[in-house]
Amino acid sequence: MQLSENAAAPSPEPKAYCLRLYVAGKTPKSILAFTNLKRICEDHLLGRYEIEIIDLLENPQLAQGDQILALPTLVRRLPEPIKKIIGDLSNTERVLVGLDLQERR
Amino acid sequence: MQQQKSDLALFANPALKHSLPKSPTGIRGLDEITLGGLPQGRPTLVCGGPGSGKTLLGLTFLVNGALHFDEPGVLMTFEENAEEVASDVASLGFDLPDLISTQKLVVDYVRVERSEIEETGAYDLEGLFVRLDYAIRSVGARRVVLDTIESLFAGLRDEGVLRAELRRLFRWLKDKGVTTLITGERGDGQLTKQGLEEYVSDAVILLDHRVLDQVSTRRLRVVKYRGSYHGTNEYPFLIDQAGISVLPVSSMALAHDAPLDRISAGIPHLDGMLGGKGFYRGSTVLVSGAAGTGKTSLAAHFLDASCRRGERCLCFLFEESPQQLLRNMRSIGVDLEPWVTSGLLQFHADRPSRYGLETHLATMHQVVADFKPTVAVLDPVTNLMTVGTFADVQAMLTRMIDHLKTENITAVLTSLTPGRTEVERTETSISSLMDTWIVLANDDLGGHHRRGLYVLKSRGMAHSNELREFVLTDHGLAIAANGDAHAAAAGVGLAAQKGPDRHAAL
Repeated sequence: MQLSENAAAPSPEPKAYCLRLYVAGKTPKSILAFTNLKRICEDHLLGRYEIEIIDLLENPQLAQGDQILALPTLVRRLPEPIKKIIGDLSNTERVLVGLDLQERR
Repeated sequence: MQQQKSDLALFANPALKHSLPKSPTGIRGLDEITLGGLPQGRPTLVCGGPGSGKTLLGLTFLVNGALHFDEPGVLMTFEENAEEVASDVASLGFDLPDLISTQKLVVDYVRVERSEIEETGAYDLEGLFVRLDYAIRSVGARRVVLDTIESLFAGLRDEGVLRAELRRLFRWLKDKGVTTLITGERGDGQLTKQGLEEYVSDAVILLDHRVLDQVSTRRLRVVKYRGSYHGTNEYPFLIDQAGISVLPVSSMALAHDAPLDRISAGIPHLDGMLGGKGFYRGSTVLVSGAAGTGKTSLAAHFLDASCRRGERCLCFLFEESPQQLLRNMRSIGVDLEPWVTSGLLQFHADRPSRYGLETHLATMHQVVADFKPTVAVLDPVTNLMTVGTFADVQAMLTRMIDHLKTENITAVLTSLTPGRTEVERTETSISSLMDTWIVLANDDLGGHHRRGLYVLKSRGMAHSNELREFVLTDHGLAIAANGDAHAAAAGVGLAAQKGPDRHAAL
C-alpha cells in the first residue's frame, strides 16, 4: 500500500482531473477507498488525473475548508464545480456518476 | 401548588446542591432549577420547536462560560454560519468576534447538502470528530454546543451509520469531559424528531413557546436530570434585550422572614380592626370588592401613609393611567402628587394585554429591582386574567407575591369581584397566598348607597370580624366607629350572610 502524493505519471501540463481524498489514518476503509479510486482512475481517466491524499489525523485543520464530515471523502476540485463523494468508493457506478463521468440513471 | 412547594423546597437544602459537579449556565433561574447548572462533562439535550430559544440558550451557555467561568467553548453550528450566528446575538451584547479573536470561542459551521454529496460505500463521521477535536484543542474548550446536529439526517442517507456515529460521538464527548449542550427540534410524539433523547440520557431540557390569545409565553422544563434533584415544573422564561432569564425561583423555598413589626394601613379605624396596629411588614394584603367599592381608594390611603413615613412606594396600575388615579384620589382628599414629585412614589402603568404574563412578571421584577420599594400596590390584579389562563395567572401571582415577600415588601393587591355574592375564582385561588384579606361591599338597600368593609382574614393577629360601614368623603375614606357596625351590617346585608361561609371555606 502506497499513498503517494501523486499517483499519475509526471507531466508538464496540469491535469484535467484534480482529486483529493480525505482519510483519517490508514484504516481498512481508507485503504479500500484509495484502491478503488486508483482503479477507477486508471480505467477511466488514464493520464488525465492527479490524486492528493489528505490524512486528517496529521492535518486536522484542513477538514473545515472542504466541509469534510464523513470519511473517506473524495473531493473533485477540478474540473469545476466541486463535487463530493463519500464512502469507500466500492460502488463504481456511483463514483462515475459523482465524477460526472457517467449519466445518472 | 403543593407539588410546586415541595419541589422547590429542595432548592433551599444546601446539602443537595453538590451531589454532582455542575457547569453553571449563568442564566438566571436556570441554575437554580438545576441546582447549579448542567451536568459537568456530560451531554445535555435541549429540545423545542422552531423559535423556542434553543440556539440562544446554547450560545448563552457558551458566552457565559467564556466570560464568567473561565471555560472556553466550541459552537458547532449546522444551520447558520459564524457571521449569521454572531449577528443574531449581537443585539444581546454578545460579541462573538471578540470572543473568537481572544481564543475563548470557536465557531465551526458544518454545512451538509444532500444534493452535493454522492454516497458510494461505507463511511463514518470521523471527519466530524476530527473537526470537533481540533476545535476543542485549539482553545482548550470545556464547553461544546452542537446546534442542531439533527440536520445531519437531512444531509446523509445512511441513517444506520448516522445513529451509530451519534452514539459514538456522545460517548466520545463524555470521555473528553466537555460539558455538551445538544439542541434538537421537537418531534411528534417524542422529544426530538430523530429521537436524540435516546442517546443523551444525562439531562434533557424542554423549551416551549405557545401563543394563547395572541399572547406568547415561553416555558422551560427540566424533563430529566440523572443523578440530581431538579425542579420538575414548567417555568416561564423570557427572551428580552438582556438575553434569557428563567423566572426567578430561588426564592420559592418558603423561607421568607416573618417580621413582627407592623405598619399602618393608612386609615386609623382599619388599623384598629387589624389588632390595632395595621399590617405586618412584608405581608401581602388582598383588597377585594365589586366595581366602585373603594378598593383603589383604600390602596391610595396606604400609599399616602407609607410615603409620609418616608417609605419608597411602587404602584403597578393595570387599568388606569397614573394621571387618572391621581385625579380621582385628589377628589377624595388624597393627594399623591407631592410623593411622585419627591420621588418616593413611582407608578408603573401597563395594559395587561400589552404582553404576556411572563413579560409582565419580568418587568415587575425589573422595576422592583431598580426602584427598591418597601411598599407595593398592584391595582387591580384581576385585570391580568385577560392575558392568561386562570392557572397561569395564579402561577404568575404566586411568583410575584413570593418575590415581594422575599424582598420584605408590604404589598396591597386589589381584586375586582364581578358579582355581589360570588367570590371570584382568582380571589379564592390567590387568597391562600394572602396574609390579610379585606372585603369591600356595596348595598343600595333603604334608598341609599352604603359601603361596608370587613377583614375576612388576617394571619397572625387578632382581627375584627365585624362588618363596618364606611364613607368616601372629600377628606378620604372614613370608617364608622364601632357602635355603628351592627347598623351597617344590617344595611349591607349580603356580606354579613356570606361572611361565615367564606370563613369556613378558608
